[in-house]
Amino acid sequence: MLDYITSYLKSDTTPGSAGNLFWAFVYIVLIFLGLSVAVIAMNWLERKILAHMQVRLGPMRVGPHGLLQPIADALKLLIKEDIMPAEADPFVFWVAPVLVVITAFTVFIVVPFGPTHAVTDMNIGVLFMLGVSSLSVLGVVMAGWASNSHYPLMGALRSSAQMVSYEIAMGLAVVSAVLMTSLNKEGTGTLSMIGIVQAQQAQQTWFIFKFFPLGLIAFFIFAVAMVAETNRAPFDLPEAESELTAGFHTEYSGFRWSLFFLAEYSAMIAVSSIAVTLWLGGWMRPFPNGLSGETWDLVFSLIPGLTFLLLAAITFYSTARMPRHPYFKVQTIGLGGFGAVLALIGVVLFIPPVRDRIQDIFWFIAKVAVFMYMYIWYRGTFPRYRFDQLMKVGWKVLLPIGLAVLILTAIAGVMF
Amino acid sequence: MAPITTLHYLVVAAALFVLGVIGVLTRRNVVIILMSIELILNAVNLNLVAFSRIWGLHGQIFAIFVITDAAAEAAVGLGILIAFFRNKETVNVDEIDLLKW
Amino acid sequence: MMPVATTFFFYFLAAVTVISGAGVILRKNAIHSALALIVALLGQAGLYLMLYAPFVAGVQIILYAGGIMVLFLFVIMLVNIEKAQKEEQFNKQWLVGLAAAVALGALFVLVYVKGRALFPDRAIQMPEQSNTQQVAVLLYGNYMFAFEIASLLLLVAIIGAVVMAKKRI
Repeated sequence: MLDYITSYLKSDTTPGSAGNLFWAFVYIVLIFLGLSVAVIAMNWLERKILAHMQVRLGPMRVGPHGLLQPIADALKLLIKEDIMPAEADPFVFWVAPVLVVITAFTVFIVVPFGPTHAVTDMNIGVLFMLGVSSLSVLGVVMAGWASNSHYPLMGALRSSAQMVSYEIAMGLAVVSAVLMTSLNKEGTGTLSMIGIVQAQQAQQTWFIFKFFPLGLIAFFIFAVAMVAETNRAPFDLPEAESELTAGFHTEYSGFRWSLFFLAEYSAMIAVSSIAVTLWLGGWMRPFPNGLSGETWDLVFSLIPGLTFLLLAAITFYSTARMPRHPYFKVQTIGLGGFGAVLALIGVVLFIPPVRDRIQDIFWFIAKVAVFMYMYIWYRGTFPRYRFDQLMKVGWKVLLPIGLAVLILTAIAGVMF
Repeated sequence: MAPITTLHYLVVAAALFVLGVIGVLTRRNVVIILMSIELILNAVNLNLVAFSRIWGLHGQIFAIFVITDAAAEAAVGLGILIAFFRNKETVNVDEIDLLKW
Repeated sequence: MMPVATTFFFYFLAAVTVISGAGVILRKNAIHSALALIVALLGQAGLYLMLYAPFVAGVQIILYAGGIMVLFLFVIMLVNIEKAQKEEQFNKQWLVGLAAAVALGALFVLVYVKGRALFPDRAIQMPEQSNTQQVAVLLYGNYMFAFEIASLLLLVAIIGAVVMAKKRI
């Protein structure tokens, strides 16, 4: 029993490929917890960053600088009344958010946080991720139909039409990237997520820079399509409040709505992981070949710890700037404590054994975090697309460009 | 329990096929008949993939083509249904008898 | 790599698939039928995975469960009238149809019992790690012509479906 657990620690594959159920379960639990923390953090970050982009402050009251706002939101949603419309189909009404959440979370079993840090390494990794995220369209359609009301139905139909249209553009961009994995000596590519990052390692270039500008255009197509796929601004007509009174999740309240919300952020993180793995080199640190060698490795391995120490420094600065009034005593202490926790994490990340293990995971999460920031940036900057403009962009602009990029990538791959 | 042989998969496929045939022969709703046809196609696919385990990958290729054709046929069939529904507001197969004498 | 708990998963997935298949043909509400079909398709994808065919399983999930069923749900929502749900669900010849299907089932049972030797169980070596690559070699090698014909067929189906569903041609 004990050597069942410890035998995996010496292997160099993912737990799924090694057949080790215990460690696969541990990884699943870790991913689940990490995803929950990420969604909570995304909630706070979105409100604060949007607010600062709009020259206001965002939530400031609930905790120091609104840090406890997501917890307050979660509590509020949990204790809200659970309303079901009168003529709604109860089974379908119940199943729809469950299906969306399950598909949003299941894709994370193939997401590679490192060369062996995935739950499993399926041979069809990318295909699996695209397929399971296309199942969420079913949940959206069912939610709109089961609500038995006009606005949700129209929102669901529009939302699902949009998601299905942009899946095609996403698929073409993904095929271009997968094509680039086959440009090695044997001529065989791979659909497995870990294999794609290893192909980028072998070809010594991130696929976004390969065959310039083809990799860049494919990445751009995927970046636009993934924003449309997750129904986020500027493609959020189906669920925007001023247009369709919240679209397909209008009739959902309380915990059921929070499931949709959770699934939306998880889907955002999932498609960002696909983009990071396919084009941005996954878990590789920047400049693995340009700035290689022992010293550069050391410098780059210090960055995780430095990041947390920087965050801790910002937190301590904010603590110093808190108003000196008895009402703010608890908040100041709380913020100082938060800063201390961040500093502690930063110091722990300097210890050599931890430092070596955390590298891949840190760079992957950092790149996904950049994508999350871009999502929030788009929401704060771009006006909303009208629905016919949205469909026009998906079919008449992204699809032809995707096809052209695919054909040109194939030609470039054969010629060079 | 006995190890799972090819015959187990064939029995499951046969069960799905018979269920699909019952659906096509006894239901009155056109959409459910179309869905039963999809069940039949899936049963055939399961047979193909089960045999491909013994005889080589050709069964899986055939299954992929069957899935492609099922998509095309579902699209066309549902298009016909919509076109008919516009004429006569019913999805009852017994009432689709415009050409009867 | 030895698969884990094969027997349990086979019986579980087979039960899910067959029971959902029964749900497809027995439910009054067409949306419930479509949901049952989705579950049946997903169970079938699991069975494909057990047969060491991950690519076909992936294609099944993307195309069938994520594409064709969305199409079905759209059309059901367009043509779903309350009147259809309150009507008689099984047609007049249901007894004859059932008898024919049972006869078909009996034929299957006869073939499987009498011809056990026809279904040998020598599984060939099909490593899961290179399934996609091997499928690609066959698909773009031996079956290239069929591949092109399939794409032509899809083009014809797209144009046909669009033309037929248009209000004014």
